[in-house]
Amino acid sequence: MENTNEMQLIFDSRSSNESFARVTVAAFMTSLNPTVEEVSDVKTAVSEAVTNAVIHGYEGEVKDVIIRCRTEERTLYIEVEDKGKGIEDVEAAMEPLFTTKPDLDRSGMGFSFMEAFMDELEVESKPGEGTVVRMKKIIGKGRKLWTTQSL
Amino acid sequence: MKYQVQENCLTIFLPKELDHHNAEEIRKESDHLIERNHIRYVIFDFADTIFCDSSGIGVIMGRYKRIYMLGGEVCAVHANERMKKMLVMSGVTKIMQIYEEEK
Ligand SMILES: Nc1ncnc2c1ncn2[C@@H]1O[C@H](COP(=O)(O)OP(=O)(O)OP(=O)(O)O)[C@@H](O)[C@H]1O
Ligand SMILES: [Mg+2]
Repeated sequence: MENTNEMQLIFDSRSSNESFARVTVAAFMTSLNPTVEEVSDVKTAVSEAVTNAVIHGYEGEVKDVIIRCRTEERTLYIEVEDKGKGIEDVEAAMEPLFTTKPDLDRSGMGFSFMEAFMDELEVESKPGEGTVVRMKKIIGKGRKLWTTQSL
Repeated sequence: MKYQVQENCLTIFLPKELDHHNAEEIRKESDHLIERNHIRYVIFDFADTIFCDSSGIGVIMGRYKRIYMLGGEVCAVHANERMKKMLVMSGVTKIMQIYEEEK
C-alpha cells in the first residue's frame, strides 16, 4: 500500500535506552505531521511500555525489547514486546494504581496513561513467555487539511 | 540532581526528562538529603521539565509518603497542563498542593 511505512527497533532493556526508544518513535511519526501534543502523548505511552518491559518483564536483566511501528494513512500503530516474565492477570494489572512493585516507588499508573494518551490499547501476555503491548493513535483528529477546504 | 536546602525545606529542580532512568537518581539523592538535613517540606519544581511519565509520579508519591510520616508536607510548582493532568489522574492532587508560582 502507498501510504504505509514501517520500522522495527530492537534494543537492550537498560533504563538508559528508554529515552532513546521514545525519541526514535517520535522521529518515526513526524511524517504524519503530528502536533506537539500528539508527539508528547506517544512519547509518554512508549516510555510506559518500555519501562514496564525493563522493570517488570526482565526485572533488571539485560535482554531484548522490541518495538514495531507502522503508519497507515493517519494512523500510528505501535507494538512493544518483551520475552520476559509475563503478566498473570492482565485485567487486574490494567486497573489504575495497581502495581506489583510498590516498594520501588511505582505508582501503578503506567497502563492508565497509555490508555489516556492513545486511542486504543491492547495487552497480550503469557506468564513465563512475555508481553506484547499494542497501541494505536489517529494523528490529526479534528484537524482539517487545508486542501479539503474551499479556497 | 539540582536542589536547594533552606532550613528544613528541600526544593528539587526536576530534570528535563523525568522518566524511570532519571527518577532513580532523584529518589536516592533526595532520600539522603531528607535524612541528613531533617527535611520536613519538599517542593518539586517542574520549571525545566518537558517530559514526565509514571516514574515521575512514583518518585513524588514515594517522597510524599516519607515526608508525611515525618509530619511534613510536599508540594509542586511550575507544573504545565500536561503534568497537572497526570498528577490529577493519579490522585496526587488530593494529597499535595500545586502552586502556579513559587511560594
Ligand atoms: N512487560 C511486563 N511484564 C510483566 N509484568 C508487567 C509488564 N507490564 C506491566 N506489568 C505488570 O502490570 C502492573 C501494572 O503496570 P503499570 O505500568 O500500570 O504500573 P507499574 O509499572 O507497576 O507502575 P508505574 O507504571 O506507575 O511506575 C505492574 O506492576 C506489573 O505487575
Ligand atoms: Mg509501569
